[in-house]
Amino acid sequence: MQENPGFMTEPQAQDNPRPYWHRNLRLTACLLGVWFIVTFVAPFFARDLNFRFFGWPFSFWVAAQGALVVYLALVGLYARAMNRLDHEYGVAEED
Amino acid sequence: MPRAGDPTTSQLSSAFRHRLNRIYLWYTLGFIIFVLVFAVLEQMGLPKRWIGVIFLLSTVVMYACIGIICRTTDPAEYYVAGRRVPALYNGMATAGDWISAATFIGLAGTLYLQGYAGLAFIIGWTGGYCLVALLIAPYLRKFGQFTIPDFLGERYASHLPRIIGVVGAVMCSFVYVVAQIYGVGLITARLTGVDFVVGIFLGLGGILVCSFLGGMRAVTWTQVAQYIILIIAFLVPVVWLSVKQTGVPVPQLVYGSQLQKLSERETQLLNDPKENDVIAAFKARAMSYDAKLVDVRDSLAQERRDATRAVEQLKAVNAPLGEIQAAERVLAAVPKNEAAARELWTRLRAANNARTQPLAGMPPHGQQYEGDPNGNAAQVKAYEESRLNFLALVFCLVIGTAGLPHILMRSYTTPSVREARESVTWTLLFIGLLYVTAPALAVLVKFEVFTSLVGSSFDTLPAWIANWSKVDPSLLSVVDVNRDGIVQLGEIKIGSDIVMLATPEIAGLPYVVSGMVAAGGVAAALSTADGLLLTIANALSHDLYFKLIDSRAPAARRVIMSKIMLLVVALAAAGVAAYKPVNIVFLVAGAFSLAAAAFFPALVLGIFWARANRWGAGAGMAAGLGITTYYMAQNEPWLRGVFDVHTPVALWFGIQPISAGVFGVALGFAVMVAVSLLTPSAQPQARAFLDRVRTPNAV
Repeated sequence: MQENPGFMTEPQAQDNPRPYWHRNLRLTACLLGVWFIVTFVAPFFARDLNFRFFGWPFSFWVAAQGALVVYLALVGLYARAMNRLDHEYGVAEED
Repeated sequence: MPRAGDPTTSQLSSAFRHRLNRIYLWYTLGFIIFVLVFAVLEQMGLPKRWIGVIFLLSTVVMYACIGIICRTTDPAEYYVAGRRVPALYNGMATAGDWISAATFIGLAGTLYLQGYAGLAFIIGWTGGYCLVALLIAPYLRKFGQFTIPDFLGERYASHLPRIIGVVGAVMCSFVYVVAQIYGVGLITARLTGVDFVVGIFLGLGGILVCSFLGGMRAVTWTQVAQYIILIIAFLVPVVWLSVKQTGVPVPQLVYGSQLQKLSERETQLLNDPKENDVIAAFKARAMSYDAKLVDVRDSLAQERRDATRAVEQLKAVNAPLGEIQAAERVLAAVPKNEAAARELWTRLRAANNARTQPLAGMPPHGQQYEGDPNGNAAQVKAYEESRLNFLALVFCLVIGTAGLPHILMRSYTTPSVREARESVTWTLLFIGLLYVTAPALAVLVKFEVFTSLVGSSFDTLPAWIANWSKVDPSLLSVVDVNRDGIVQLGEIKIGSDIVMLATPEIAGLPYVVSGMVAAGGVAAALSTADGLLLTIANALSHDLYFKLIDSRAPAARRVIMSKIMLLVVALAAAGVAAYKPVNIVFLVAGAFSLAAAAFFPALVLGIFWARANRWGAGAGMAAGLGITTYYMAQNEPWLRGVFDVHTPVALWFGIQPISAGVFGVALGFAVMVAVSLLTPSAQPQARAFLDRVRTPNAV
């Protein structure tokens, strides 16, 4: 998500885990925000989001399929972003 | 996608991966060929009963073989499969672990009966993985021990959270495992014709072979095998049905149009005078019990007199033996005393009243929530309560997912933190395949029933109805209530637990598909039960015995302890399942509430809040678990019976007992924060622990 390429070359970041942790927290919070909207806000307004969407009532479709697609994107994005972050801050595991 | 860019993987693990790919590819092909061979044999006249038995036996024997090949007594292998399961396979094994009998057998049926309301399960059971991936899995993997109570014990440097963790893990896993064994019993009974209880113990054998011999290692590799079978078994009938109805083999994309047609059919049935006849017939029956209940003693005497007289009259005219016996049965069925009569008639009145609803009590499929936000006060209240309960259920399921020990435990089995994160993505992808399909299945089956079965003649009733009614009449009954010889929707009573199992027959597919679906259902139940039993046994042997009682126990003895626990717990669960408790979905959802309340606050605050301490964790977990158990025991009809509760049902904010975890999680967080702040901080110790857990390469 909010990648900042300048960070990659910043040397003091290497030894300090704090900025790494803070960026992790920020990323987690953003993704969970999206998650919350899909999971709770959309069903809350389900009756109002009742327009047709390829045959489904829209909110029915969101609950049956749309939410799942978003979740998959969130989890995949997190795994990717964190792997990159690990390398950026030199905290990646060695295998 | 998550595997892209993988250059640092060592040669060894890459060879291991290739071998796994090859094995499971051949395995999948083998299964498909196996099914095709039996499809041909069926056409050549192999009896149906044989097909069912062969499918069940051969798959279970195969799992047993995997279990035997993977047998082990090494603790790291036994508890966490040696921590070298690649992300993709760990994801697949977790999916097998996750997709339980409730999902496989019950979910499509729940969606069939509840329409939109059932989608709470879809959102809840997938959305929870975001919390697992973002808040828990990577940190647990970095911690890298054996169980969830382990994590709590180390993080809070205290035995208190560990012990409560053991209690919580045992409680929720036990409830959950009972549901799995019940599912196995149901399928075995239908497919092989053996008694339900015998079916349960047959299934138990299949479960035990794997987990008992090889622990997590055997369970992991069997779960992968089971996932492959269950997903094929789930997809095939739906795709087939979709081709039959729409001509397109991708049901997930096209069932929107079927949903539209279904809604039109629903409107038609709502205005059908014959449906109203049926409703009127049930109303009349309910009212007849009403009348009887006015003066129980009098009506009972009357009923007994009538029945006795009927028998005497038949005997007097020398009627055929069959008629006399029938009359004698009626006489024998007259309640023995007033209390029994009152109980029976009240129950029958309620049962008949329940069937006086339009559309056989099902809401219009696409309608979100009951009631009407713009209607009168009662409708607005119904609407708001139904919406609140939907959201509460979603809440319990997502939080519960992130608290279920048998799922969280799977983060320990990957080789690295990175693979733990990727593994969750794979899991979500694999389970998502089933979760996008289940709502499609519900709509397609409903369309089939509403258009083909409803309106057909009782003389040509398909055979599956009689077959399933025989297994358990409470699951399926079709009776000509208004005696017009035509099936009305109101005359069909269908339980959620059989919709999926009966789908192939409802759609008129070859019996080999039924056999496959049954094998899939058993695979789902077995894979989950294995994971759960292992969780319980490990919590008891590792956390209770090894960490608390005998910390110098040699490795081999720990594994033996775990195996003994496994046997005891499995037998106990089978014993409970034999009583046929409530329906599967309630059992499972109850387990989610317990897991949510017991673990989520302590795990998440433990990872993200250094100030959280042992007193806070202990108090929060106990409070959450306590209030959830109390609320369920107080308000759920079956549990009220078990705990002998007689106080009136008192719902808080109208929330159903299935979502008791809402209160548990909220109270758990509140108590944990308050108590942590009021008791001395243990920050330095917590800091050291957290630095290690939060940094992937820390030593």
